[in-house]
Amino acid sequence: MKVLVPVKRVVDYNVKVRVKSDGTGVELANVKMSMNPFDEIAVEEALRLKEAGKATEVVVVSIGPAQASETIRTGLAMGADRGILVKAEGSVEPLAVAKILKAVVEAEQPGLVILGKQAIDDDSNQTGQMLAALLGWSQATFASKLEVEGSDFKVTREVDGGLQTIKLKGPAIVTTDLRLNEPRYASLPNIMKAKKKPIDDKSVADYGVDVTPRLEVLKTAEPAGRKAGVKVKDVAELVNKLKTEAGVL
Amino acid sequence: MTTLLIAEHDHETLKDSTNKALTAASQLGGDVHVLVAGGGQGTKAAAEAAAKLAGVTKVLVAEGPAYEHDLAEPLAALIVALAPGYDAFVAPATSRFKNVMPRVAALLDVMQVSEIIKVVAPDTYERPIYAGNAIQTVKSKDAKKVITVRTSTFAAAGEGGSAAIENAASAADPGLSTFVGEEVAKSDRPELTSAKIIVSGGRAMQSRENFAKYIEPLADKLGAGVGASRAAVDAGYAPNDWQVGQTGKVVAPELYVAVGISGAIQHLAGMKDSKVIVAINKDEDAPIFQVADYGLVADLYQAVPELTEALGKLGK
Repeated sequence: MKVLVPVKRVVDYNVKVRVKSDGTGVELANVKMSMNPFDEIAVEEALRLKEAGKATEVVVVSIGPAQASETIRTGLAMGADRGILVKAEGSVEPLAVAKILKAVVEAEQPGLVILGKQAIDDDSNQTGQMLAALLGWSQATFASKLEVEGSDFKVTREVDGGLQTIKLKGPAIVTTDLRLNEPRYASLPNIMKAKKKPIDDKSVADYGVDVTPRLEVLKTAEPAGRKAGVKVKDVAELVNKLKTEAGVL
Repeated sequence: MTTLLIAEHDHETLKDSTNKALTAASQLGGDVHVLVAGGGQGTKAAAEAAAKLAGVTKVLVAEGPAYEHDLAEPLAALIVALAPGYDAFVAPATSRFKNVMPRVAALLDVMQVSEIIKVVAPDTYERPIYAGNAIQTVKSKDAKKVITVRTSTFAAAGEGGSAAIENAASAADPGLSTFVGEEVAKSDRPELTSAKIIVSGGRAMQSRENFAKYIEPLADKLGAGVGASRAAVDAGYAPNDWQVGQTGKVVAPELYVAVGISGAIQHLAGMKDSKVIVAINKDEDAPIFQVADYGLVADLYQAVPELTEALGKLGK
């Protein structure tokens, strides 16, 4: 079984993003970029399936600017076998990403696609579900455990009330939650090896997908700020303030 | 214009998140119909509750085993089958609808607008990006709208309606997934997303036992829900459904008490809209103090029992 892992290049999770003063977006110049953390979990899970003999090949695909090849290299350094870069300029919305991925899936014929549940830049939480819809495949979002049962899958999902386990008819789409695994760090020899692994260069035009945004971004603004309050000296003062000043007790 | 609001319920009672999403749905300006899909007897009771909500003009009920366990494929197929009659599809951004709505959107060839916090115009909404560090105003150019609602920012709609209840036209179950089992914590505490008070613990709690010994008695004294930071959940000190943050639950209670939580960006994203924030942390430089109305620099293992006791004396 081949496993396809879509990955996204995003602002590193440690960066405090700043809104541009003219309200046209957030500052992306000279900002550290990394693989979306949920996608790292997806790559790790695919690699574990391969190491357990359940997967034969792990293919990493990214849709984005030329620099997204660095994100693919990160996946290759972790242990993925090869990459596909679909070059696209500007912001590509989840629906368009899902349409491109559908075409990639049709060409690659994986038995499983594992994606991050959401990207930490736009926080949309859509791509996996949309891809499943377009392919007419089963889906399990927010996975904390994944088991392969022949060509089918058993997935435990993190839901509002606790955990839910479902069985998926393969081929299937799984999106990762935080507790699925802890991604490995790439070792230096593997980083060197990754430089020789192949990355297929494609463009949006190769797949004939219209990526015109459906959402027009009118404005990007700072959220309403919240000022630090006061420090209280002890529990008695805290209780007193909550009772008389805040009125929440 | 007519909006279909998809109701959140637990197959027995209608959830408060439905009332909040209804407020957003009503702000779109058209008629609001509510779809209650579920398995078993409770579906009818949830539908009757939905029919009483102010501003609802019709309730559609879909009852069947395919809808019993919130599987994405049959529920999405049902909503898509109803789609020709509607201009907008609104649901609360709960785990159920985060799962289902993008599937609906893609089947309708619509770009979903996730977790809106404000309706600016029927086609224009505000939504947070980058863990709430920026707010984007977006205008949807799609003919139909698919929207999920961040419920913590909308007031709950009240009762006052008497809508007709009808059976929804059925849709075939694609049969792609099946329910195996679930582990749902039974608790008498209020749910995080509707609790008026929340007490949350962080990595400094050090163990599941300490959550039970320190956080839970304080929460029970306050009649509060219990939350946790991602670090505490990752470390196994608290179950996943307690996680508050960018990728967990987003809450905005009257009072949020953060105990031993440093205040990582992704945690702040889930609670910084709380009305009053209290932070108890022994590190006076912890970022949580930058958003806290009341900060107490103290060892939580002393301060929390003291606080619990002090509240007891207040008659809590």
